This record gives sequence, C-alpha cells and structure tokens, in this order.
Amino acid sequence: MPDIVLDLDFALGHYNYWMFVILMMTGLYVTVSRGNLIKKIVGLNLFQTSVFMLYISMGKIIGGTAPILTGDPDTVYSNPLPHVLILTAIVVGIATTALALALVIRISETLGTVEEDDILKMEHEMDFGVRKPGGGSR
Amino acid sequence: MLDIIVTNLPALQVVVPLVAAPVCAMLGRGDRSWAFATLVSFLTFAISVSLFVAAYGGEPISYEMGGWAPPIGIEYRIDVLNAFVLMIVSGIAALVMPYARRSVASEIPAERQAFFYTAFLLCLTGLLGVTITGDAFNVFVFLEISSLSTYALVASGAWRNKRALTAAYNYLIMGTVGATFFVIGIGMLYMITGTLNMADLAVRIAEHGDSRTLRMGFVFIFIGIGLKLAMFPLHLWLPNAYSFAPSAVTSFIAATATKVAVYVLLRFMFTVFGFDYAFQASTLENVLLPVAIVAMFAASLVAIFQDDLKRMLAYSSIAQIGYMLLGLAFLTHTGLVATIVHLFNHAVTKGALFMVAGCFVLSAGTSSISSLRGVGRDMPWTTAAFVAGGLSLIGLPLTVGFISKWYLVQASLELGWWPVALLIMGSSLLAVIYVWRVVEAAYLQPAPEGVIRREAPLSMLVPAWILVGLSIWFGIDASLTTTAASRAADTLIGSSQILWQE
Amino acid sequence: MTDANALLLALAIPTIATFLIAASGSRPNIRDGISVVASIATFAVVLRLLESIMAGARPSVTLVEVMPGLVINFSIEPLGMLFATVASGLWIVTAIYSIGYMRGAHEKKQTRFYICFALAIAAALAIAFSGNLFTLFIFYEVLTLSTYPLVAHKETPEARAGARVYLGILMTTSILFLLVAVIWTWSLTGTMEFRAGGILEGNIDPVFVPFLLALFAFGIGKAALMPFHRWLPAAMVAPTPVSALLHAVAVVKAGVFTMLKVGTYIFGVGFLGRTGASEWLVWLAAATILIASIVALTKDDLKARLAYSTVSQLSYITLGMALANQMGIIGGSMHIVMHAMGKITLFMCAGAIYVAAHKTKVSELDGLGRKMPLTFIAFTIASLSIIGLPPFGGAWSKWYLLLSAADAGQLVIIGVLMLSSLLNVAYLLSIPARAFFAPPRGQMAHSLGAAASPSKGWEEAPLFCLVPICLTALGCIVLFFAIGGIYEYLLSIPILPETAP
Repeated sequence: MPDIVLDLDFALGHYNYWMFVILMMTGLYVTVSRGNLIKKIVGLNLFQTSVFMLYISMGKIIGGTAPILTGDPDTVYSNPLPHVLILTAIVVGIATTALALALVIRISETLGTVEEDDILKMEHEMDFGVRKPGGGSR
Repeated sequence: MLDIIVTNLPALQVVVPLVAAPVCAMLGRGDRSWAFATLVSFLTFAISVSLFVAAYGGEPISYEMGGWAPPIGIEYRIDVLNAFVLMIVSGIAALVMPYARRSVASEIPAERQAFFYTAFLLCLTGLLGVTITGDAFNVFVFLEISSLSTYALVASGAWRNKRALTAAYNYLIMGTVGATFFVIGIGMLYMITGTLNMADLAVRIAEHGDSRTLRMGFVFIFIGIGLKLAMFPLHLWLPNAYSFAPSAVTSFIAATATKVAVYVLLRFMFTVFGFDYAFQASTLENVLLPVAIVAMFAASLVAIFQDDLKRMLAYSSIAQIGYMLLGLAFLTHTGLVATIVHLFNHAVTKGALFMVAGCFVLSAGTSSISSLRGVGRDMPWTTAAFVAGGLSLIGLPLTVGFISKWYLVQASLELGWWPVALLIMGSSLLAVIYVWRVVEAAYLQPAPEGVIRREAPLSMLVPAWILVGLSIWFGIDASLTTTAASRAADTLIGSSQILWQE
Repeated sequence: MTDANALLLALAIPTIATFLIAASGSRPNIRDGISVVASIATFAVVLRLLESIMAGARPSVTLVEVMPGLVINFSIEPLGMLFATVASGLWIVTAIYSIGYMRGAHEKKQTRFYICFALAIAAALAIAFSGNLFTLFIFYEVLTLSTYPLVAHKETPEARAGARVYLGILMTTSILFLLVAVIWTWSLTGTMEFRAGGILEGNIDPVFVPFLLALFAFGIGKAALMPFHRWLPAAMVAPTPVSALLHAVAVVKAGVFTMLKVGTYIFGVGFLGRTGASEWLVWLAAATILIASIVALTKDDLKARLAYSTVSQLSYITLGMALANQMGIIGGSMHIVMHAMGKITLFMCAGAIYVAAHKTKVSELDGLGRKMPLTFIAFTIASLSIIGLPPFGGAWSKWYLLLSAADAGQLVIIGVLMLSSLLNVAYLLSIPARAFFAPPRGQMAHSLGAAASPSKGWEEAPLFCLVPICLTALGCIVLFFAIGGIYEYLLSIPILPETAP
C-alpha cells in the first residue's frame, strides 16, 4: 500500500499556515500584477496582513485565553509577545500605506494618472536628464 | 551628569537624532533647521567614535534598554563590527550635512527644507538603530524607520525632476516587500526558538539544529535583506532612486543604506545562524557567488552606457555591492575582511563621487556626461575630486579601492579559485572604461559654447575633498581599517564557532 | 648626507618640482628653468648614490605600512641604480630638448606637459629604487597615469584615440595579469621583497612557474612583448619629447627593468634555468624581435618606424632575462643603457626634423641631410649603435646577448639576433642614406635653387634641440669605451648568488 501522501490531520491542523500562504500569495500577486498604483498598495496591505496572521496564530496556545492579566494564577494565556510585535508591525504598515498614498496623490497631481502603463509611457518620453525649473542655461 | 551620559551612550546614539527630528520640524526656516541638524549629526558622530574606541579593544558592550534584561528586554550590543559601521554611518552624515546646505537650498523650496532635515534625521536614526541593536525584531522596526524616511527623501527630488515620485513609489513597494519577507523570516526563527535576542537566538538555533523551518527562515531573511542591499537581481529600485533623489540624499544613502544592509546580513548569517551552518554555506556557494559575479559584470557593463552621471554611479554601486557579497561568499577570514573593509572603502568613495555629482548639478545645472564636456577647466577642484574617486572605483594603488581588491583577490587565490580572481580584475577593467569616459569628456573635449560654469562653493567642495582625502589616506595607510576589519571578522567567525555544537 | 636621505631627496626633487612648475605656469622662462634645474639636481643626487652603491652600500628606507605585511620600501641595488642613472641623466637632456621643441612647434598647454614630465620621472625613479614588488607595482601604475596626459597632449581626436589605446592596453595588462601575479606571489611566499636568488624557490610547485612567469611577462605591458605592444605605436600621437621620454627613458625602460628585476630577484635566474620555465618566453621574445623589425620596414612614418624598432629592441632585454643565465642579465642591463642613449637620439632627431623642416615621413627626407647635416650625422651614429657595430655602445650589449645565447646553447637565437641586426640596417640606415645621398625632391629643389641661400644652406633645428642631440650621439661613442667600468659594475648584481664569490 502506498504511503499516505495527504495527511489530512496535518493539513487541517495547520490551517492557519495555509491562510497565511494564501493571503501572502494573493497580496504579492496583486502588488505585482495590477497596474493601478492604488491597487498595488492594497496588495501590499494584504501581504502585510498575512504576516500578522502568521505571527498571531503562532502565538495561540490551545486552551489559552487572551493575554490580559486576570488575577487568577491558574489561567493559561496565549503568548503575548507576537501580539506586541504585530502591533508594531501594524503601525509600520499604516505608516507605509500613508506614505504610499501621499506619493500616489502627488503622482496623480503631477502626472495626471495612476496607471502604471501610462506612467511608463510618459517616462519614456521624458528625458533621462534633469532640467532646472524654468529652463536650462543654454 | 557625565556618568549618566556615558553609561547611556548606546541609547543616546539612537535617541539624540530621534528626538532632534521633530524639533527640527518645528524650527521652521531652512537655515535654522539645517544648523540644528548639522549640530545633531556632529554630536551623533562623536558618540559613535567614543563607542568605537570603547569596543575596539575588548569585550562587546551590552546595554539594556529601559533596564529590562535580555533576552526578554531589548538589548543594544556593540562589538567591533557594528561600532565600525556606526562610525561610517554617522561620519558620512556629519560630512553630508555641511554639504547639504547649498545643495538642498538649490533643489528644494525653502518652506520644505525643515521637513527635509527632519526626514534626514529620522533616516539617520533608523540606520543607527539597525546597526546598534541586538534584537532581531528591533532590526525590522529601525529598518522600516530608515526606509520610510528614505522614501520621503527620495520623493523630495520631485521639485527638480518629476520622475523622483515614481522612483520613490517603486522603491517603497519593493522595499516594503523586502522588509516583510525579512519579518516573515524572523517569525520563522521565533517559532523555533521563542526568542528574539540575537545572541540568544544563536544559542537556541544551535541547540535546535537544522530543520525546514530554520531553512525557510534563512531564505526569507536572505531575500528580504537582499532586496534592501540591491543584490542582483533585486536591484531594480536602485538606479532610479539614486538618480532622481536630491544630491545630498544620494550621497548619504549611497554611502550608508546598502552598507547597513550588508551589516545586517553579516550579523544574521554569522552571529545568529553561525559560521558553519551547512545550508547557509551551500547557499552562499551556489547562489550568492554567481549572483555576486553577475552583479559585478552586468552592472559595470550597463554603467558604461549611461549618459547621466548619477545613473552611472548608481550602477557602479550595484557592482561594488557585488564585490562585498563576493567577499562574503568566500566564507574565509580574508574574504570577510575584504567585505568589511569594503564597507568603509566604498562608503568613502561613493560618498565623495555623489557629492561631486551634486556639485556638477549645482554649478553646471546638469549631471549628463555629454553636457559636462570641458568641465575640467571650469571646475578644476570638483573634477579632480571625481578623478580621485574614480581611481578608487577602479582599484588603483594608493586608493582605498585597491585595498579591497587586494583582499578579494587574495581570498580567491587562497581558495585556489583562479577564474574568480581573473573575473574580479576583469570587472575593474570595466570600471576603467566608464570612469575614463568621464575623464576624457571633462578634460580632453572642448566646452560647449556659451556655457558658464563656476567652481562649486566651498561648503560643498570641502566635504567632498575630505572624503577624497580619506579615500587616499586609508589607501596609503590602511592599517587602521584593515585591523578593525580583521578583528571584526575574528569576532564573527570566533563567536559563532563556539555556539554551533553538532 | 646619509644614503637614506639621498634616496629620499632623489625622489623628492622631481615631486617638488611638479608643484613648483605648476606654480610658475604663467612665467614660461622660470617654469622651464625649474624643469632643467630640477633635472640637474636630481642627477647630482643620483650620482652621489651611484658612488655609494659602487662602494657596496645598499641603502633602504621604509615609508609606510599600507596593509599588514605590505610596506612601501625603497632599497637600492645595482640594477635599480643603473636605471635611475639612465633616467635622471637623460631627463636633463630631454628637459633642454623639450624647451626647444615645444616652443619651436608652438605647442599649447606646456605647463601641464612639464608637470606630468616631472611626475613621470619621479615615478620612474621610485620604480628604480623599489625594494619590493608591492612598491614597484604602485609606482608602475602611477607612471601609467602620469604619462597619459602626455600622450593625449594635443587633444585632437587622434590624440584621444591613441591615448585610449595606450591606457587601455597598459591598464588591462597591469590589472588583469600583473596584479594577479603580484598577489599570487604574495599568497605563495608571504613576502614581496626582492632577494638575491629569488623568493619563489621552494614555495611554488614547479609546474606552475611558467604560468606565473606568463602572468608577469604579459602583465608588464610596458615591456611591449607581443601581442601587447600596440600601445607603443599608438603613443606616437604625443609630441616628440614625450616619445623620447617614453621610448628611451621612463616608460619602456621601466617595463624591461621590471622584467629583469622580476627575473633576477623574484624568480631567481638559477631557479628559472633549472625549471626551464622561461623557454617559451625565449621564443616569444625572439618572435617579437623579428616581427617588429619587419613591420618597421614597412612603416613610412618616421616615428612609427622608430616605435616598432623600440618594440623589437625591448625584446632583446626580455630575451636576456628569458635565457636565464648571467650573461643574459648583464647583456640585458647593458642594453638598457645603450638602447636608451641610441633611441633618445633617434627620436630627438625625428623631432628636430619636424620642427625645422616639418617633415614626418621617411619618403620626404630625401636630400634633407644637406640642410641638416648635424642632425643626420647624429642619426647615423645612433643607428649604428642600435645596429650593434663598433665603435658604438650598442655593439657591446649585442655582444653580451650573443654570449648569453651561446651559454644557453640556443644557436637559433644567435641567428635571430644576427638577422635582426641586418633588418636594423635596412630600416634604420636607409634613412640617413637617403638624406645624404638622394637628390632632394621636387618642392625642396625649388626652394634650394630659388632662394638666395646662405653659404652653407643649413636650416638646422633650434639650438636647444641640436645640443642635446649631439650630446647623446657622443654618448653612444663614449659608452663604447666605458664598457670596462660598466661591465665591472654589472658584475656586482647578485645574479647567481649560489655561485658568486
């Protein structure tokens, strides 16, 4: 009899990792494939969220409750450290998203579009060199 | 009072620029914020020097943040390697700040300059934090602090060239993906060991032994950092970011950001994973070695065909990073010395070259090589600085570039890897071509009609020449840098061999 | 003054002269004067050192430790002293000649010219005095860089292209081959010092010796071994004083000097002989000698012909090293002196012809001998020296090289050397022959007949050009008679320390 290839127990027991992988791949795919700058940011957020899931889910202890002190010495808590790490990471993610959106707004004001294809075309037409504002010296 | 300062010096290294940043934003007008930021950068450099002196002779300095003992608390750990990198980062900042006054004044509108210097100080904070910390997740946090401020700094080149915006955006996307990969890798490590302190991680990883999760952790960290240090083929963000950022920004980040990323790689690979981790060694030999060699050649080749000076220097940087990775891939003491000494040598050389490019932008209004014909007559000191920096890029004797090349070739000959030695020299020849294009244009061709170019102002020339002077000084008497690098390599190899017990 | 101080002074004078020349750029007479005075001062110090060396002293100065174990060190030994004497002595001649040439040809950017000149001489002296391979490499590269602006001097597209070839070949060979050879030597032996009997014996697997030798031989691009010889004719775009400097004094002699030094003090002549590692180099040098001579025959441009002649003559010295016996080194070292004296005369004559008559091609020189007799007499003397006929100095160096070939049992090489002499006659003597005996060509006949010419009809080069030419031509004759002293001196080079008394 062939070896058990698909260990259902293992696969189902690690469902949090499956979620992480699916979210991560989705996020990366959106970032890479979508031409719209805002959609790229959405993809990035998906990608970062998957990482949050990874950390938090790895900190869960079966039978453990939320890591808030209750005063009862027998309580089993889930690991609080990943929660802390993820709070930091969420803040970093928000800052990144904010900065990215600010850049997109400026791009849209300056170039008039947020589609990557159009932007590439425009950059192709522009010189590589730099011009002083108000024209060069010759 | 002095006692308190001295004991808390490691924390102050990061806290001083961090707290100074919002103060800078409140200072309003350009010149005031510039003066304040310059003062802060000098102070930071002073702190780095004292930390280096303290760490040079003896034991690593360990500092507990907030009094919480590691491995639960965050620890700042300073040994010769990161003290060396701290000095490089803060030293370059201290030189770029005086340079920035005229450069930034001409490239960024006055009402925005305060924010520019704020972002600069935040970037400095981030880079210093990455270098000094001994906690893995802390590395991520500071890495993102420095990256976010770098994105903003790059985007501030938009007043001169609109393409800076898209360059910053692409850099943001790629940089965030890289940082997130890095944090996934740290997550994997945490899963196995339950700790985030780097020294503790080293011990627990050694106890845990090899496993697929460990390998995945390694791979994610490797790719994540690889993106930050523009390892080929993850380098696509670099040419645009360097070309379109303001000159002061490029001078700073070209000389520091990638070096700090190389430091992080060194730290993780050798202190955390250990020098003799087999999977890592095979990755280095099979992946990093070819990648580094391709980077050296492909980037140099592309640099030859660039018309924009800053773009050419950006591709040259990718090639130079290839050298650093090559030294890593050898996995010998000499190879590590080559990498570490090249951190310093390249920082000094590229800092000088990008400062020169900024001088050209200020005085000649352009950094296009074909428009810089005959500039050797109009701006003799600036062009001479370029020639000196260029000679260091090629790796001619009496410059720091020669020192790095020597160690690299020596490392490859020690291993008996003939072809690699010849390849290293071959890529130097490519550097001759792209440097000499500029030299010929500047000195041997007549200037275009009706163009007036004055010599760059002293506030920009002096920092550039200080860096050039350093690149020549440490090319003639490299004993300080090579001894420091050698000791750093010793610590990296020595400490990890104690920890891997198989 | 101690020997060590004299050593540093000899290096310092040309370096300081660089700055002084730069400072006095706006006053041409002072600037040119500084150039000449510096050359005389340097030669005086070098002579003082020569005396010490002949008395047996071996001064040594260490400047700085660049990397652990690698120092910049100057140590004089007889071979280096010889090169230094030639270089500094001929600098005086070239300095005077340059004044005449540059002013006569109305060249621009003369300050840059004199600055780079002084710097190149400083680098050449540093090479001559190098105490280890590391120092030699450093100043070898400095020499390449300092002579680049000299080659590109005229700033025309041809000058730029020629300078590009010059830099390209020299940089490629030195970075790709020479540096690798140097680092390989370092990693094999742990030292870079020049030692009598060589440092490689016992440290290297004899199988690898030919490869290391190949890296050195091709890496020393300045010795113009084929196929890396193209830079020499390409550098002809430079003004003639530069060619005189490059092809007689500094660059090419630095190349073959390095070749001799590496052969004697890194490999060791005895070691080379025993392992037979330089056999292939004998044949390559012989091939270069013949091929370059044949190419010289086909060149109509005077400087190009002289350039290929130089390629050929340099391989005489490489041949001497490759034959791996005492006579070879002695013959090669002697040839450094003899060839330098002869070739500098030839090039200065070529420059004089350009300045006085504006002719650059051999075919245009018919009958010119009657208008410039002194120049062409000097040309003849120098040619005879290069060909190797007594009573001119070149006869002796050729003689010792023949002895060396005989010692090594290489009878074919003797044939090659003789054949080369015949070719030299063909491409060198034909020039003064035409100048004196052929009737002048159409245009010149016109001017000869038409103008109310002064009694002798002489239109010689300016005095500043003529005097150096006559001095060096006389030198060729003097060297013939001074051979006794030179030979004695060369015997003091520790070529085969295991057999020396």
